Amino acid sequence: MVGIESLSVYIPTYRLDRKEVFDAIGWIGRNFLPGEKAVANHDEDSITMAVTAAMECLKGSVDAVFFASITMPYKERQNAEIIATALDLDSGVVTADFTGSTKAVTTALISALNYVKAGKAEKVLVCASDCRLGKAGSYQEMAFGDGAAAVVVGKDKLATMDSYYSVSYDFMDNWRTDEEKLPHSWEDRWIREEGYTKFIAESISGLMEREGLKTEDITKVCYPCVYLRDHPKIALSVGFKLEQIQDPMFTVLGNTGNAYPLMLLAAALEVSNTGDKIVVASYGSGSDAILITSKNKVEFSRKLRRKKKMSYEKYIAYRNMIPIEKGLRGEEVAPTAISVLWRNRREILALVGSKCKECGVPQYPAQRVCVACGSQEMEPYRFADKKGKIFSFTEDHLAFSMNPPAIYGIIEFEGGGRYWFDITDCEAGELKVGMPVRMVFRRKDFDERRGVYNYFWKAAPEVEQ
Amino acid sequence: MIRDKVAIIGMGCTKFGERWDAGFEDLAVEAFNEALDDAGIEAKDVQAAWLATCFDEVMCGKSALPLSTTLKLPFIPVTRVENFCASGSEALRGAVYAVASGACDVALAIGVEKLKDTGYGGLPEFGTVMGTKNRLIYPNITAPGSFAMLATKYFSEYGLSPEKGREILARISVKSHYNGSLNPKAHLRRKVTVEDVLKAPIIAWPLSLYDCCGVSDGAAAAVVVRAEDAKKYRDDAVYVKALQIATSPGEELLYKWDGVHIETTVRAAQRAYKEASIENPRKEIDLLELHDCFSITELVTYEDIGISKRGEAWKDVEDGFFELNGEIPCQTDGGLKCFGHPIGASGLRMVYEIYKQLQGKAGKRQIEDPRIGLTHNLGGFPAMSVAAVCIFGVDKEW
Repeated sequence: MVGIESLSVYIPTYRLDRKEVFDAIGWIGRNFLPGEKAVANHDEDSITMAVTAAMECLKGSVDAVFFASITMPYKERQNAEIIATALDLDSGVVTADFTGSTKAVTTALISALNYVKAGKAEKVLVCASDCRLGKAGSYQEMAFGDGAAAVVVGKDKLATMDSYYSVSYDFMDNWRTDEEKLPHSWEDRWIREEGYTKFIAESISGLMEREGLKTEDITKVCYPCVYLRDHPKIALSVGFKLEQIQDPMFTVLGNTGNAYPLMLLAAALEVSNTGDKIVVASYGSGSDAILITSKNKVEFSRKLRRKKKMSYEKYIAYRNMIPIEKGLRGEEVAPTAISVLWRNRREILALVGSKCKECGVPQYPAQRVCVACGSQEMEPYRFADKKGKIFSFTEDHLAFSMNPPAIYGIIEFEGGGRYWFDITDCEAGELKVGMPVRMVFRRKDFDERRGVYNYFWKAAPEVEQ
Repeated sequence: MIRDKVAIIGMGCTKFGERWDAGFEDLAVEAFNEALDDAGIEAKDVQAAWLATCFDEVMCGKSALPLSTTLKLPFIPVTRVENFCASGSEALRGAVYAVASGACDVALAIGVEKLKDTGYGGLPEFGTVMGTKNRLIYPNITAPGSFAMLATKYFSEYGLSPEKGREILARISVKSHYNGSLNPKAHLRRKVTVEDVLKAPIIAWPLSLYDCCGVSDGAAAAVVVRAEDAKKYRDDAVYVKALQIATSPGEELLYKWDGVHIETTVRAAQRAYKEASIENPRKEIDLLELHDCFSITELVTYEDIGISKRGEAWKDVEDGFFELNGEIPCQTDGGLKCFGHPIGASGLRMVYEIYKQLQGKAGKRQIEDPRIGLTHNLGGFPAMSVAAVCIFGVDKEW
């Protein structure tokens, strides 16, 4: 049967305490929200988080890559294709961006489902990721969390996708024109009463009715939290009991936009038994509800464990909400030569080096002449999925960094090869020679003049399991 | 074999420092004039010239034209060379080989660097000067950071705690600051203590401000002739005993390397000793001018040039072996650390100090009757470098 082959969630390392936002911009007291939210590091965006999630759930090739987000780094230059290139997928892959609302993720899932069902593809990778901004001190800023999830739609190894039900409305709770960075929103009371509490209930009950299901047939019902107090009311109004409602993790992660429904699904699947029926719904310009039957478990809660604090000041600096001093050195970003990026796209975006056909030594960057034996017979060799360890490192206070000191080092790869890389998601004093690292896809810098987010791979300390 | 084929008959060196008063042209003229005066020749006597500059983008621009047009060199061949921080030695190599081959009789090597027009500390940002592909894959690397990784690895490999390791490095800088205080042309002339070094702000862990050399403006020049012509110009000419350059093939960063030495230095030193017929450098060499861009570079170079045993250079440092009154004084002029480091000029500035010491003209920092001096000029990063090792002597045969 058609279903989900694999599902993985990426939660960024950092957390922002909502109280810090409240303390900094306290006059909006009525908007005080408890807890914290997951926040992307300065070198992360929707694309990089999606790649990290996809790296974990993707084994082998896929026929299509769908990317759902309302925080696409590029308006022009397909975001899904950047993800596909970073994953070193074949150029025969079909790619598409799904955007415009936070239900783009379920629309992408439904499209993938139908694509596979129609026999047009065996496997479709659906990535969902968001990194939303709100005005400083706003409810949105406190509510929105950052994160990503990826699923491979194909055979039902993990779960079957049985059915879906959609409702669509041009409901202007939040909106943003093509020229705006920050969203507008209408009155909370109106959003709650006319939209949030109605649309999700409508899609879920529509699905149940059509499938002839009663609430007791469903193990878990998962849907986004936009308002804490109203969240349980939605499922209760459909007839579910409180214990059937998946914890929305709003006070630990926040509302992670397009990634949110899949994060909730992962949490539900983690504790599910084979045959459990789960309803997962999205919210945004309406709602899609999808019926899923569990076959296997996924790992999720472990990913909540590793976390570090990010201060509010750093958060708004990273999001370019306040101008920060970069120094004259920091202002010197070299212009990107796009044709160089194109020619070396596998090397740069997919971290593909070379391996000598004669002596077998892997090397990065790709060499024309083998560094070990001098042979000129080389074949592609990917480093992105290789484990590494720190050969040496430094914490550099002279180099510009959004999070000084700039930390970088020489990384030795398991199986051979080594090169120097920036090291991310760590602070001064945390590293030691020999520490294990993994490679993560990140923003390297922003070439403002030419409007290019330069992506590359960095090393990140391996999370202790 | 270049040994004893070429003599240096004149040298010049500007005051190094943050020369807000001087541009490329001023520095070039200052060093050139001193070298001509010292050699007792005129500009028209120079038959070929080599200019070393590294960061031409932020000062004089490309080619040798900035030199020929500044000095008004009369349509002679002038060549610009660049090999990172080893550029000065490249210029000397060009001039030395030119006279040795008989292609000309009097050649000039001059290194000039005007760094302090970037608007920020340290060397010009590498992101813009390392090529269109490297800028997309290099880490956010700086010179101190690249050498700090050498220190991190050295401490880890030899079991030195960061405290112990940093204290040894501090002693190296304290020594150079003392020597620099005796040198009127040095950029940094203040004596410092081990405590000062340890308390200074970290630039790139584990290196502090005082582990890093000065980023300076300056120029240095040498006039060379064939050895047999030297006596026509002066009695105390200094002879080139060896001049060797080694360049990384890339294996250190990409494939195999222990991370605690600099392979190009080892290779260049071995060849230089062979060229100069030196069998026991610890016994035969009287003074050293090493490329102490950072204290850690000086430490590993003691080992790489075979003066100290592997992993034991720190013991020699603790014994004061390299101090002005030690067994083999090192950085008698303050080194890159305190004389300063105008990139293209540094290789020739080292030769200037050896030349003055061998002639007994080093003033307050003069050591007792040196006969053989060695310069080590390193470009690039520990993981990927260009090293020049040159040996000079007062006697044509010894």
